[in-house]
Amino acid sequence: MAEAVAPPGRRVLAWAQEYGVYAAVGVLLLFNVLFTPHFLDVANFRTQLVQVAPIVIVSLGMALVIGTQGIDLSVGSVMALAAALVALYLGYGAWPALLAALAGGAVAGTAGGALVAYVGVQPIVATLALLVGVRGLANVLVPQLVEFRNPDLIALGSSSLSGVPVIVVIAAVLTLLMAFVVRRTTFGRQVVAIGGNRAASELSGLPVRRVLLLVYVISGVLAALAGVLATARLQASDPTSLGLFIELSAITAVVVGGTPLSGGRIRVLSTVMGALLMQLLSATLIKHNLPQSWTQIVQAVIILAAVYATRERGTR
Amino acid sequence: MSQSAAPVLEARQISKRFPGVRALDGVSLALFPGEVHALVGENGAGKSTLIKVFTGVHRPDAGELIYDGSPVAFGTPLDAQRAGISTIYQEVNLVPMMSVARNLMLGREPRGRLGVIDTAGMYGEAERILAGYGVVTDVRRPLRTLGMGAQQMVALARAVAVDARVVIMDEPTSSLEPREVETLFSVIRKLRDDGIAVVYVSHRLDELYEVCDRVTVLRDGRVAHTGPLAGLERLKLIALMLGRDLDEVRTGGLTRFSRDRHRTGDRDGAQPAVQAVGLTRRQALRGVDVSVWPGEVVGLGGLLGAGRSETAKGIVGALPLDAGRVLVAGLPLRTGSTTAAIRAGVSLLPEDRKAEGIIPALSVRENIALAALPSLSRAGVVSDAKIDKVVEVFMHRLRIKAASPHQPVQELSGGNQQKVLLARWLAIRPKVLLLDEPTRGIDVGAKAEVQALVDELAEEGLGVLLISSDLEELVEGADRILVLREGAVVGELSGDDVTEDKIMASIAERGAESDG
Repeated sequence: MAEAVAPPGRRVLAWAQEYGVYAAVGVLLLFNVLFTPHFLDVANFRTQLVQVAPIVIVSLGMALVIGTQGIDLSVGSVMALAAALVALYLGYGAWPALLAALAGGAVAGTAGGALVAYVGVQPIVATLALLVGVRGLANVLVPQLVEFRNPDLIALGSSSLSGVPVIVVIAAVLTLLMAFVVRRTTFGRQVVAIGGNRAASELSGLPVRRVLLLVYVISGVLAALAGVLATARLQASDPTSLGLFIELSAITAVVVGGTPLSGGRIRVLSTVMGALLMQLLSATLIKHNLPQSWTQIVQAVIILAAVYATRERGTR
Repeated sequence: MSQSAAPVLEARQISKRFPGVRALDGVSLALFPGEVHALVGENGAGKSTLIKVFTGVHRPDAGELIYDGSPVAFGTPLDAQRAGISTIYQEVNLVPMMSVARNLMLGREPRGRLGVIDTAGMYGEAERILAGYGVVTDVRRPLRTLGMGAQQMVALARAVAVDARVVIMDEPTSSLEPREVETLFSVIRKLRDDGIAVVYVSHRLDELYEVCDRVTVLRDGRVAHTGPLAGLERLKLIALMLGRDLDEVRTGGLTRFSRDRHRTGDRDGAQPAVQAVGLTRRQALRGVDVSVWPGEVVGLGGLLGAGRSETAKGIVGALPLDAGRVLVAGLPLRTGSTTAAIRAGVSLLPEDRKAEGIIPALSVRENIALAALPSLSRAGVVSDAKIDKVVEVFMHRLRIKAASPHQPVQELSGGNQQKVLLARWLAIRPKVLLLDEPTRGIDVGAKAEVQALVDELAEEGLGVLLISSDLEELVEGADRILVLREGAVVGELSGDDVTEDKIMASIAERGAESDG
């Protein structure tokens, strides 16, 4: 097995799974530097990173959930709920509104987590119910687009810390935090163990249900934060369309990053790279005046390639 | 039983290999019309492989299958079924949401004009067939609304209705109530009288003696015995299944347990380390009492399905119990919570190492540290230094052979995986260890090391509950043995009574309270 020298094909695949996403991002960057005019402009970089930041934040939670063999389809709707709550509580100031939105995300996450961990509903079904229901709730709370002029909230969306947009800083800090949680905390190790073998984890006395619940709560809170940041950038609360289909982008980022859907492994930095890769790809194709449909087709190819690499590794 | 006829189905020198295992090694078995043939053997004896050869799931590597006088090779289970060999598996394999009638007639529904199913005809036919099996029910109801027994009858009726000439039953009574078992037996007798050959797989000896005519004992992929059941002594049958020669059981052992056995445990401590009272679970346990004192190895004996693993799982809370309680050092333990049991110092090394033991993709290091994580971390952040120290201690003490502590545990040999699991438990310093088949499927060297370790741990004052299908291991490893049969303790052996033949005698005893 591992002691023996693996055949070259295997080694390439193993390497591709481990570092493929980094290599792909590198190749794409190089291509753009060489062939895309104005690519190295600071403004361009800012735009790309600001656009991808909410997806990165949502993907961090998604990676955690997928690590437990679960999935969270509700993230887009939770973003919408957060947008609605922000609009409702903005009268009390930006901070209370932010807290209300995060609390809303935590409640949604608790509902999904409780269904999965304690009732035993399959994650895809439990969070599908939330996907539908939470979006509906958000629309009931704020039926149409609401613009706002709260300076604090607008600043959150558009100001910069020494040249770097605040949104990007937040996403970067959360990435490092999540990497730390997964690698260095008991909770993170327990999440990975539960995803790797739930029966064994139970027999080893791990608090399986509590850990699962917490995983969904974290995903909900992160999605809510992404919703607040996206709302702040839009300078309007739009529960009807905010976060639509973002669950698919997040799952894509996680999968392309090499985290297997079968659980037991969480790759935080690679997940972020996966999100960057997809963002960079669509930006590149747009800049070269290729139609949107091309982007989708190329993305599909990349997803399949990533899944193929992960699968080979798993069935060894 | 009339055996004048030629065999309807015959296996001749069948061999079947799987990677690393010789599942069947020259097995011959003749099945005559109008007989009920018991097929018995312990785990890994080759029963299921042989059944799968009969039913076309597996193709034999060597040997031939003679059906109705001519050689056959079934390509698929459907081929075998069409030829007249029907199988009823342990778990009923029907479609729960479909109606009883649809299940019964699946694939051969009566058709009306235009190929549309003739529903009225189907219901009438289904009712008529089921009445023959003592099942009177509304055949339009979904199958899942029936009791397990009635579902089994539907499966049986379905199997026979396809003009079966051979019916194979794999532990058909494992989920039946006593009354339902009686109905099943009368149906089996009816089949036999109709000239159908029945293969009956079960571990319940009472049932075998009640309904079977002949028996074939498989052991390690070979036929250990075949012949009429009536004249065969129960003790002899068990000896054959377990691979023990009745006359030779007293010879010296080969295991690594020390021979100065009969520790009585430290009973001055006034409290058993763990005491289970009246563990009860439907279809599995019927009021099992077990206590283990500090420094004592208690063995659980019995055949497959006697409730040994269930007892261990019940104690640690991994199996929901209908009744019963567990005391640890005299204090009641919250049942149904493995976390509570482990915190109280009771840990289980599960039987199925792959499914319930290791986390395959994680490293040796992480697998060892898993249960002890809370004590190896500060404020929720794991301490690498502490983990490294524990891992190093146990990899050294248990002589775990791995390229490095960071090697994924799935790449290790079975014996080393087992040691990793033992290390996982020893790292939390338990008071009681429940070991379910600790040496199954591991190489001889590792086996001896694990056995020596069990001895050592008991000397250090740990209470050990040892489950093993290897009688020799049980006799030499345990200070005291409880024998289980059909979910109840039927005998306790201690001191000089801990011998292989006494265990077998205890298993063989016709249970007075047993239903059969």
